[in-house]
Amino acid sequence: MEFGLLQVWEGGWIGAILRGAAVTIGVGVASMIFGLIIGTICGLIKWRAVFGLSHLVDLYTSVIRGVPELLIIYLLFFGSVEFVTKIATVFGFAELANAGYAFFITVAAISAISGAYSTEVIRGALAAIPKGHIEAAVALGLPSRRIFARIIAPQMLRIAFPGINNVWQTTIKDTALVSVVGLQELMRTAFIGAGSTHNPLIFYTIAALVYLMITLISQVGFNKVEAVLSPRKGA
Amino acid sequence: MELIQLAVPVLLKGLWMTLSLTAISVTIGFNLGLGLAIMRGSDKAWVSGFARYYSIAFRGTPLLVQIFLIYYGLGQIRFVHDVPALWWVVSEGSRCAVLALALNTAAYTSEILRGGLVAVPAGLTEAAKACGMSRAMRFRRIEFPLAIRQALPAYGNELVLMVKGTSLASTITVLEITGYAKRLMSQTFAIFEVFAIAGVLYLALNLVLIGVIRLVERRLMRHTGPAPQTRPVAIPQAS
Repeated sequence: MEFGLLQVWEGGWIGAILRGAAVTIGVGVASMIFGLIIGTICGLIKWRAVFGLSHLVDLYTSVIRGVPELLIIYLLFFGSVEFVTKIATVFGFAELANAGYAFFITVAAISAISGAYSTEVIRGALAAIPKGHIEAAVALGLPSRRIFARIIAPQMLRIAFPGINNVWQTTIKDTALVSVVGLQELMRTAFIGAGSTHNPLIFYTIAALVYLMITLISQVGFNKVEAVLSPRKGA
Repeated sequence: MELIQLAVPVLLKGLWMTLSLTAISVTIGFNLGLGLAIMRGSDKAWVSGFARYYSIAFRGTPLLVQIFLIYYGLGQIRFVHDVPALWWVVSEGSRCAVLALALNTAAYTSEILRGGLVAVPAGLTEAAKACGMSRAMRFRRIEFPLAIRQALPAYGNELVLMVKGTSLASTITVLEITGYAKRLMSQTFAIFEVFAIAGVLYLALNLVLIGVIRLVERRLMRHTGPAPQTRPVAIPQAS
């Protein structure tokens, strides 16, 4: 028991953990991208107060933000499992479905969650853009697509960036939750390792350190980008 | 209908567990967080450093890892086995969950309270000093009341995150709302219906919490007059 680290090394667990970390980052990045797409669309709908749709978006964000992530993952996973296996078996690729399925449903669940938080961030950023800028652009007769690309989007990005950083940090930590439904990511790998070597302390400590490294390194990256995006003093 | 008759009493039993987990861990976590926030302002490098690294470690790792580390990991250490008080905590799921949740929320709470403490105008503290107030009295009468006003909206968000965080206790055999919901889902196969009932319970709980925080806020801000305040949009912070 004292030689936990040696066990980890000899059992080839280092490679497994690194593979798990890669899956975690993959799920995190994919969900963040989809989340930002959802967030931008829903944020614009809320900001413009599009009739009917904005109430739907309100319902979506308040349900997702008020209900535990784990419950949402259970809903999507158990709710779809039967449905998807049935379809896949009918078309004759049950094997394929099993492999990609956990990843797909995981990304769907985490995207839905990060999308709800991104919506609020982006709506807040849109609301912070000075009205005068948009009015000036309209007065100049710019087409609305160019107003969005030249006036709204750049300012939105800059104001929303710190909030997006927060959402990313949450998202990468939320990916740990999908280990309970069986995707072989970092947390799941640690769980399996802990079970088969009877050494949970060392495995969960390693997992914690890897998560810490992911969050700290991405934090440094985000800070760099933020420094670039922030308005230069005296310009 | 039958399903509702079956599910609601079970999930209400879980609601009690969720409530007690939240209440106990928030009580412990708030006090720890307050201590850490004060430590952050200390002149001694190792005191403020400890508080800083504590906060980085707990905010940089998923709550699930912390729960598993405490529930599965700590039992391996001989020392924990030998001290009865520690073993009492580690040997049971709900006590582990409370410990993990309290340590986790302490990190977030310390950041929120520190933000409030930093925002206290230096002139007010100096005035209190000039009046001859002791350090403890200054903190109790001047700094803390001002800091908590500043920090309340963000702390409300943290409370909502804590309610949601208690759902992770279901992964270590504690039967609270999510734990019962998962069990009901696999027994009845009525996945969406069970989710809806459990979700409504969580939403109601969070709405009540936010309402209470709003009331406390209004009470603390009563000197500003009856005019409705323009508050910054509350965006829940990352957990």
